[in-house]
Amino acid sequence: MKYGHLIWVNLTRNKRRTILTALSVAAALFLFVALRSVNTTLNDAREVGSESRMVTRNAISIVFQLPEAYYGWLSSLPGVRRVTWGNWFHGIYRGNPRDFFASFGVDVDSYFEVYPELVVPEDQKQAFMRERTAAMVGTGLMERYGWRLGQTINLTSMIYSPVTEWPFTIRAVYTPLPGWTDEAFYFHYDYLSEMTEWAQPGWYVLQLDDSSHAATVAATIDEHYKNSRFATRTETERAFQTGMVSMYGNVGFLMNAVGLAVFFAILLVAANTMMMAARERTSEVAVLKTLGFSDRLLFGLVIAEAAAITLAGGLLGVFGAKLLFEGTGFQGAGFLPGFAVKMSTAGLGMLIALLLGLFSGLVPAWQAARLPVAHTLRRVV
Amino acid sequence: MKIPLIYNIRSVRRRPVSTLATALGMGLVVLVFIAMMALSRGFRAAIVETGSRENVLVVRSGADNELMSGLSRSTAQTIISMPFVAKGPEGRPLASPEIYVLVSLERLAEGDALVVARGVSPQAFEVRKDVKVIAGRMFNPGAPEILVGKSIVGRFAGTEIGETINFASRDWTVVGHFAAEGSAFESEIWGENEQFMPAFRGEVFQSVTFRMYDPADFESIKQTLESDPRLTVSAQREYNFYANQSVLLTQVLSFAAIFIAGIMAIGAVFGAVNTMYAAVSARAPEIAVLLTLGFRPLSVLSSFLMEALVIALIGGMLGCLFALPLNGIMTSTTNWASMSEVAFAFRVTPDLLLRGVIFALAMGLIGGFLPARRAARQPIVQAARRP
Amino acid sequence: MALLEIRDLSKVYQRDAQRIPVFEGINLNIVAGEFLVLMGPSGSGKTTLLNLVAGLDEPTTGTIRVSGAEVTAMSRRDLAAWRSHHVGFIFQLYNLLPVLTAYQNIELPLLLTHLSKQDRREHVMTALEVVGLSDRADHYPRQLSGGQEQRVAIARAIVSDPTLILADEPTGDLDAQSAQDVLTLMQRLNDEYNKTILLVTHDQRAADRGHAIMHLDKGVLTG
Repeated sequence: MKYGHLIWVNLTRNKRRTILTALSVAAALFLFVALRSVNTTLNDAREVGSESRMVTRNAISIVFQLPEAYYGWLSSLPGVRRVTWGNWFHGIYRGNPRDFFASFGVDVDSYFEVYPELVVPEDQKQAFMRERTAAMVGTGLMERYGWRLGQTINLTSMIYSPVTEWPFTIRAVYTPLPGWTDEAFYFHYDYLSEMTEWAQPGWYVLQLDDSSHAATVAATIDEHYKNSRFATRTETERAFQTGMVSMYGNVGFLMNAVGLAVFFAILLVAANTMMMAARERTSEVAVLKTLGFSDRLLFGLVIAEAAAITLAGGLLGVFGAKLLFEGTGFQGAGFLPGFAVKMSTAGLGMLIALLLGLFSGLVPAWQAARLPVAHTLRRVV
Repeated sequence: MKIPLIYNIRSVRRRPVSTLATALGMGLVVLVFIAMMALSRGFRAAIVETGSRENVLVVRSGADNELMSGLSRSTAQTIISMPFVAKGPEGRPLASPEIYVLVSLERLAEGDALVVARGVSPQAFEVRKDVKVIAGRMFNPGAPEILVGKSIVGRFAGTEIGETINFASRDWTVVGHFAAEGSAFESEIWGENEQFMPAFRGEVFQSVTFRMYDPADFESIKQTLESDPRLTVSAQREYNFYANQSVLLTQVLSFAAIFIAGIMAIGAVFGAVNTMYAAVSARAPEIAVLLTLGFRPLSVLSSFLMEALVIALIGGMLGCLFALPLNGIMTSTTNWASMSEVAFAFRVTPDLLLRGVIFALAMGLIGGFLPARRAARQPIVQAARRP
Repeated sequence: MALLEIRDLSKVYQRDAQRIPVFEGINLNIVAGEFLVLMGPSGSGKTTLLNLVAGLDEPTTGTIRVSGAEVTAMSRRDLAAWRSHHVGFIFQLYNLLPVLTAYQNIELPLLLTHLSKQDRREHVMTALEVVGLSDRADHYPRQLSGGQEQRVAIARAIVSDPTLILADEPTGDLDAQSAQDVLTLMQRLNDEYNKTILLVTHDQRAADRGHAIMHLDKGVLTG
């Protein structure tokens, strides 16, 4: 583009100002990408659940358990292919509540059939299923603590006993499919029930033959147990996940509100820069008009200059964030498993950078376009 | 020789758009900072104020929240009959063995949330002096009646007086609303412990809270309870027990506040640097004159720093102004320690506003330093010659 | 037929209730190849007249035609395009862009045309040759003397081969020798390249170079 050089020399006229402005845009977009990725990560967590799996839990609350005896009846229901169950162990490592990760006691025989997402080498899977005290651990968790296959580690449970240490031997390492956490810890439910009299299934997971029967199955189950001592609540796994994620509160709204404030703060910085730049060049604009540069062209040149600054800043902020978060494997200290900067987030970030450029250039560009030449020249000459 | 401040104020006023843009940018940073800190403070206050320093809360040994605790009826009885438990006017111990469960209630807006249902003894309102029935009446012992905390009222279905809420396979009639000075109790449902116990899980209390005769004796009381061979309990001041529950989320929110405001501040500081450099170069001839008149470079430096601080002060005050309306706005989140929903208000306190202004001034100082130094180091002759 | 035709031209400023006429009812014809010098004291409206001819300002009444095209009837947008083809403007203070080299400054008007980069290069080099600064193509304005800067500005004014060259006190800021060089150059543009020039000045030495002199004083144009 033949005007490229003209834009370039204007950008480099006050290098410090251009660079500082681009950097402040970069800071803003870094923040945007970080905040937005928190949102998309949480949203993805909602979508993890399958529509063809259902979760049956205690109607009062997830913190209450269900009798083991429910397994038989649930398995016999028409349309239910397989049933498994799990129990929330709330394990902590080294006795430190900060060394916390998702830990479950599961029925190992049925669990893999219901959760094909857990990709495990066959020999490790067999080793895990064979040994009563064996554990299966996600790749991320292995990395976090530098554990090795075959290593025995001790956990205490915040639910069953905060003082007793339970030894587990890592026999399998699973690689999660996309969206599944790589920081979970699975072990035998049988081991749990041996160690404590309190443990019962925390929830049942039902694999259906056909997801279109989900509503009917849920109604049948909940009706069946309605007047028992342990009433149930059955919903699809996706609905269940959504409920869990909503416990983070209204993060989305908070992030959007903050994002808006960031946008306006940086818009002010960028617009101020462009206005300062334009003010210094008033006479030059008048000269260009004398040479025959049209109002529209001058308008475009100022906007292009502003957009060049914000896009450069945007590139730095957006992809800097992406590289940084991916390079460090950031997971929000375990609160945001699967944290990632999506390409759609990066694209949106660049779009925002472009918008910042357009808006920040608007006032000075309009001023340049409307500049009365004769009056300006008289003032200057 | 000092350069009078009025000189800076006049120069700030000469460039109103640029000054305002810079100040407003800083103001937005301050707003975000104050808002997030106010969120963190509000949550912390709601949880912390739940407990009193004069009360002791007893749970099963090792439990750090009531949900994980379990105390048998005999354990509760043993604790209540101890001599250090204060007595009410009728000679009854000021103690409340409590059932603590989570129930899933239907939000009026959308979806469900877990709410604490607390079964208390009729003495609970004497043990916790801050909790008062503000509408309707106290529940009658022996009846399936409940009181609803005022922050839940209007947010969940069936919370008005006379309506019923169904949980634990029973209908419970709402007979009153209670307030607890903004604490997390206001997000709870209270009923009689002897009614809740059979409805939930049998002969177990989750905690016993009692008033001490003399709060100064706490250490010895704790010692007595925790070493009693009949009991396997841990005792804490009620205040500390709840304060600990707020630590994690408060830390997360404070970290987020500092992270977000910090990065925004970088952007705003760069904006201030730009503005101040423009101010310095626009006034190069004036600076030269000042230097020629014998003003020391240090005076020029401090004068420009002053100017940056004036802009920052405007920004800080704007931020405070924007943040003020947030005070008192109710919001809710999940208390991760108890997995229940807690409603609380943003707390914009004077010290938080002061911090916001200091934050802005720090941005001004950092943003103004290099341009001010450049002004002070400017060679006189060269500057005077420029048009 | 005249190349430039000014009919009943008036420019009146309105300040509050007060009517401040710069000039009223001016008529002027300039034929192609003319080198007309317009003289007059400061504030007499010389520059205003020049700006009106270049379409940079709007008259209160009257018409201006250049090669038959009515400048005073064009829209802002058409004016910009028209200016780029028909008017070369020379300022007292040169008004080169400090961030561009001599070459790039001269190239500016050509950016508005459809010429290829190669064609633009040829035009610029020719213009530089005409003003005698081929060896200064890559110099920035601050590396040039005042006289050289003005010659670059002249090259910029002629590079798109305009119909009319308008010069506003081109020697006003130059020392005597540089002023002579610039005037000689303008005379040569008129003689050799047959450029039509309207030069505004109050410098008698500059006036002597023109074919004809007109005076604008107190709003009245006299020959």
